[in-house]
Amino acid sequence: MLRYAIRRLLISIPTLLAISFIVFALLDLAPSDPTANLPLTIPPEVREKIRLSLGLGEPFPIRYLKWLQQFLINEPLAVFEQLTGLSIGDSENRLRVLSWATRSPVTDLIVERMPQTLWVVGMSYVVAVLIAVPIGVISAYRQYSIFDQVGTLISMLGFSIPTFFTGLLLIVIFSVWLGWLPSIYDTTHVVNDWESFLFQVRQMIMPTMVLALANASQISRFMRASMLDNLNQDYVRTARAKGVRERTVVLLHVLRNSLIPVVTVIALGVPTIFGGAIVTEQIFRVNGIGALLITGIESNDIPLVQTLTFIFAILIVLFNLIADLLYGVLDPRIRYE
Amino acid sequence: MSERREAAGPPVLDVRNLETVFRVRDGYVHAVNDVSFSIREGELLGVVGESGSGKSVTMMSVMGLLPSPPAEVAGGQVLYQGKDVLKMSKPELRALRGGEIGFVFQDPMTSLNPVFTVGFQLMEPLRIHLGLSKAQARERAADLLALVGIPSPAARLNDYPHQFSGGMRQRVMIAIALACDPKVLIADEPTTALDVTIQAQILDLVQRLREELGMGVIWITHDLGVVAGIADRVMVMYGGQVAEHAPVADLFARPQHPYTRALMQTLPDISGKRKERLFSISGQPPILRAKPSACPFAARCAHAMDICLKQNPKIEDRGAGHDVACWWKPAPAEESLDAA
Repeated sequence: MLRYAIRRLLISIPTLLAISFIVFALLDLAPSDPTANLPLTIPPEVREKIRLSLGLGEPFPIRYLKWLQQFLINEPLAVFEQLTGLSIGDSENRLRVLSWATRSPVTDLIVERMPQTLWVVGMSYVVAVLIAVPIGVISAYRQYSIFDQVGTLISMLGFSIPTFFTGLLLIVIFSVWLGWLPSIYDTTHVVNDWESFLFQVRQMIMPTMVLALANASQISRFMRASMLDNLNQDYVRTARAKGVRERTVVLLHVLRNSLIPVVTVIALGVPTIFGGAIVTEQIFRVNGIGALLITGIESNDIPLVQTLTFIFAILIVLFNLIADLLYGVLDPRIRYE
Repeated sequence: MSERREAAGPPVLDVRNLETVFRVRDGYVHAVNDVSFSIREGELLGVVGESGSGKSVTMMSVMGLLPSPPAEVAGGQVLYQGKDVLKMSKPELRALRGGEIGFVFQDPMTSLNPVFTVGFQLMEPLRIHLGLSKAQARERAADLLALVGIPSPAARLNDYPHQFSGGMRQRVMIAIALACDPKVLIADEPTTALDVTIQAQILDLVQRLREELGMGVIWITHDLGVVAGIADRVMVMYGGQVAEHAPVADLFARPQHPYTRALMQTLPDISGKRKERLFSISGQPPILRAKPSACPFAARCAHAMDICLKQNPKIEDRGAGHDVACWWKPAPAEESLDAA
């Protein structure tokens, strides 16, 4: 298994290099000008100097390699130094991936936005899994019961109604009509006592629920289908014939088998957490990664968009590998050589 | 074998007038109709019949193992040591399953849970019914694997089902069924998926255990050869009901029901000249959308008469415990198939 993991990691290096090239090249081809948002009074010569100072005078291959070096070596070093307080080598003059719009290192922006996204989107994913698995199990066990019918209806709705609609609906109901929950997520809010904790919970409820509904709909359908597949298997009858309690039959024998594909689906969904729920973050004004990406795209901030896109790509490749490895852990029939 | 036929004592398992129906979209399918049989300690009852004749459904109804819905045991009694299994509470039923009655299923490839070790699955009934500790259960599980002839049993407890061959898995299934020294073993076509050598080994094993443990065995099969070799009594099922039920020697000596006779004629003859073609019973077993008002075999029967289409024959004794449900009666000279 370890050998397999290492081999897969090594294989993913060329994959990621190819992705990095495509991401960089595609965005580089897009018409963009880092000085476009600057005041019109700035003369063309100065604009040209600004461009040169951002490294845009160099040919494409050089710029790509420099970006790669900054992304793979300089930025991780910078983050490491910030975390440990150590300084390694010439940290003062190390070139970092700079955002065109804010002129600050892209990594710093991402680190700044990460907690909000992890809190809201991550929490929604956890909530989604926690409600989806039991719903899927009960729906399958009581197939075609009222519970199953209602569950199916809700998950169909949750699956097909976009988050910008459910989000607005919740805002209209709970913020506008009832006035119970704030419609805007306050990123600057600091939790330091019970009161502020309650406020944090209240402001997280709506974005979390909107995202959880969308995710849970999907996961519960997978869970239900997988349970149904397994409930009719012969080994279930064997377990019952052994005198095993019905609860143990379902929650041990059947669930353990049914979780195999579901865990894979859940693992493959994790990168989307880091990607942030772009639309939902916009609606509730959550200042997360998704919002950062939108800002970057709107302000032509090519380095920011390149870096974020590449990070998402790395996460997707990584969690694909993790899903594969989990499959091997959960299913004894699968052995990686 | 014949000395075992007069198995003594009251029946361990006594099934009376069992009726099982399956609810389908527009009504019911009557899969088991008025089936009665019993089994004594140490006795082996062979149950034969083609696919769809209700053999498996009968046995699963006995244990309450059919999924409900759609299945429903609509009537009858299943008496285990005098107590009606169909009226038992859930804990009582659980104690019975695996503890008092062991069940071996048809397909060894899918009857074991793929994600748990064989040891875990074998230890489960031991821990539930005998209340053994983990260490004790492990020891007994290894003994059981040794009993069914699996080499290096202690080490193999840690293996998963996919690491066993089909024959080995079937032995594991048998070991699970035998784990708690059941009074009755119900084996549903336990050897159909296996090749002949393994089949012979498993037959030997069950014969031996039956004598050692004195358990009653119900052996479902569609192999008349197997039945002739191991059974004390044979029950032939057709269309969800008992066609013929007799001591094994008597059944083969003077088969009464045309279906039994036809089944026997389908067996290829080892000695003598080769027949042109193997005999087969044309047609298919009926799907019983209503409780049969005629003999279910009438449509395929060589001896069908007017009454067969009007009235379903009741099962009756034709001497020496030989029960038959048929209007037709072979002439005494034609009773034996060898003579015919």
